[in-house]
Amino acid sequence: MDSLIEVKDLAKVYHLGEVEVQALRGVTLSMKKGEFVAIMGASGSGKSTFINILGFLDQPTRGQYLLEGINGEHLSRDELAEIRNQKIGFVFQGFNLLARTSALENVELPLIYAKVGTSKRKELAQKALSTVGLKGREHHHPSQLSGGEQQRVAIARALVNQPSILLADEPTGNLDSKTSEEVMGIFQRLNQDFGITIIMITHEPDIASFAKRKILFKDGSVVSDQKNPSSPDSVKERSN
Amino acid sequence: MLGIIIGVGAVIAMIAVGSGAQKRISEQIASMGSNLLMVMSGSSTSGGMRFGAGTVPTLTADDAKAIQAEIPGVKYTAPSINGVAQVVYGNQNWATIIIGTTPEVLDIRDWSLAEGRPFTQQDVDGATKVCLLGKTVAENLFGGIDPIGQIVRIKKVPFTVIGVLAPKGQSTWGQDQDDIIFVPLSIAQKQLFGMQFPGMVRTIAVQAWGPEVMKEVEEQITDLLRQRHRIQPSQESDFSVRNLTEVMSSAEQSAKVMSLLLGAIASISLIVGGIGIMNIMLVSVTERTREIGIRIAVGAKGKDILLQFLIESLVLSLIGGILGIGIGIAGTLVLSTFTQWPTVFSIEAILLSFLFSGSVGVFFGFYPARKASLLNPIEALRYE
Repeated sequence: MDSLIEVKDLAKVYHLGEVEVQALRGVTLSMKKGEFVAIMGASGSGKSTFINILGFLDQPTRGQYLLEGINGEHLSRDELAEIRNQKIGFVFQGFNLLARTSALENVELPLIYAKVGTSKRKELAQKALSTVGLKGREHHHPSQLSGGEQQRVAIARALVNQPSILLADEPTGNLDSKTSEEVMGIFQRLNQDFGITIIMITHEPDIASFAKRKILFKDGSVVSDQKNPSSPDSVKERSN
Repeated sequence: MLGIIIGVGAVIAMIAVGSGAQKRISEQIASMGSNLLMVMSGSSTSGGMRFGAGTVPTLTADDAKAIQAEIPGVKYTAPSINGVAQVVYGNQNWATIIIGTTPEVLDIRDWSLAEGRPFTQQDVDGATKVCLLGKTVAENLFGGIDPIGQIVRIKKVPFTVIGVLAPKGQSTWGQDQDDIIFVPLSIAQKQLFGMQFPGMVRTIAVQAWGPEVMKEVEEQITDLLRQRHRIQPSQESDFSVRNLTEVMSSAEQSAKVMSLLLGAIASISLIVGGIGIMNIMLVSVTERTREIGIRIAVGAKGKDILLQFLIESLVLSLIGGILGIGIGIAGTLVLSTFTQWPTVFSIEAILLSFLFSGSVGVFFGFYPARKASLLNPIEALRYE
């Protein structure tokens, strides 16, 4: 069994004042190592809540979530932080880089919290940056980089700890279609060449078609979960 | 930050001024002589009239000898008789205090000579007409001339100058201690003052061997003199013993309290400065909510974030502390140049206020730092 993620009857209820919002209403699914999953759905369909729970940023109200057999339910804030640090890489829509630090330092950030020594840290960060094709731009600050480059720095940061899964919440939401394809190209390469498991939220069917599996959320439930037959080959053609 | 700068500066300046005052007082204690008891004659009663202490001499040089001989804790005694007289040299004249005493006075008051020689017991025994001039007297009478060997007239009696005293400066009471002339006790008794009370002295200065025997010596002197003066137990003593060192150290104490008080007031501004730091840090935490969210998302633990903001606040307040130390020292130097007020920088005060500003940083940085460390990463990431 190389099941990486096991989700059973996952539910999340928010209380906005008096109103109860059911963000997730019992989601059950599992993902294997090396998958590239696109999660789609309209705003408010619960996909962001879902990915936050997958990333141990949020706790479910009900149900169970296991990542490599780890249950985050009874873990402390700091223990969750450690799991995020070791096993999860995040890529956000808004890049979320530290503005006053260089690309290299941004990538080093997770390693700092993982207590990796300075020289080792530099080496790993350099390597991660060259993986996303940013060799030579290590000392640029985010403001000196284009949107696509910033997102690539963010991807390098997500990769640098060699996490089990890479979670991306609308990674192309702030990018034009050309840079979006570039970023997706990187995702595919990471998935195929390095076997990194990627779970990505997106609105755009174009972007979703890069993934191997598509999951559609609606009102807090999974309404469709299917393989994407066209994915690997068609994309290869496009990126070539 | 400004608050810390001003606070630390104020603390340093205040402590420098306070310890300057303290130092001046201790110097004066030292210049007066340490472990000093003053036996004053007087408060005698004659025909229902009570005279104040020292107005009528009731002590004798023999009392001094007896104190020296019979009380083991006594190091030196110097009986003295004093008065103010006009001193004339050539066409110059100067009114000053003339003290007739014994050679021990120089030991007791820890007073050395700038030039010449002190008078000796032979001078006292033989009532030689020699004198030692204080610096002020020497300057006023002689100007640039070397006074040694010159003859001055005190109350028309010619005295040979055999020495000039080293300068001592002002006393606690603002009196010029160098405005003084020492002459042998015997000649003063015979020709200058107290001719109506032959053989009497006004005061006996007594130096004890150490501060621990002061109290004992004081009591023994009282007992001895009451016995020698044949005073009945019911009667009032015709002399009084004063512990001058005690008086001075109480003055020193009050100066110490004063500088503590000044320091305390100044440290209030440090605390106010700390609150300023806390506000800066709170604003910074709010401004950087997103950054904190990112850090937490990539695996920063609560203590990592806490530490980061604590260190920032510590650095902020330590920079303030360093600037404040600079400003405090500069301000104190300016103050002491313009007011001639003595100031002393103590390393302790500087270190203390530096440490204090650091702890202000940690203390007031803790709340914002803790707030940052407890942020919810999802909300923090969404924060615009």
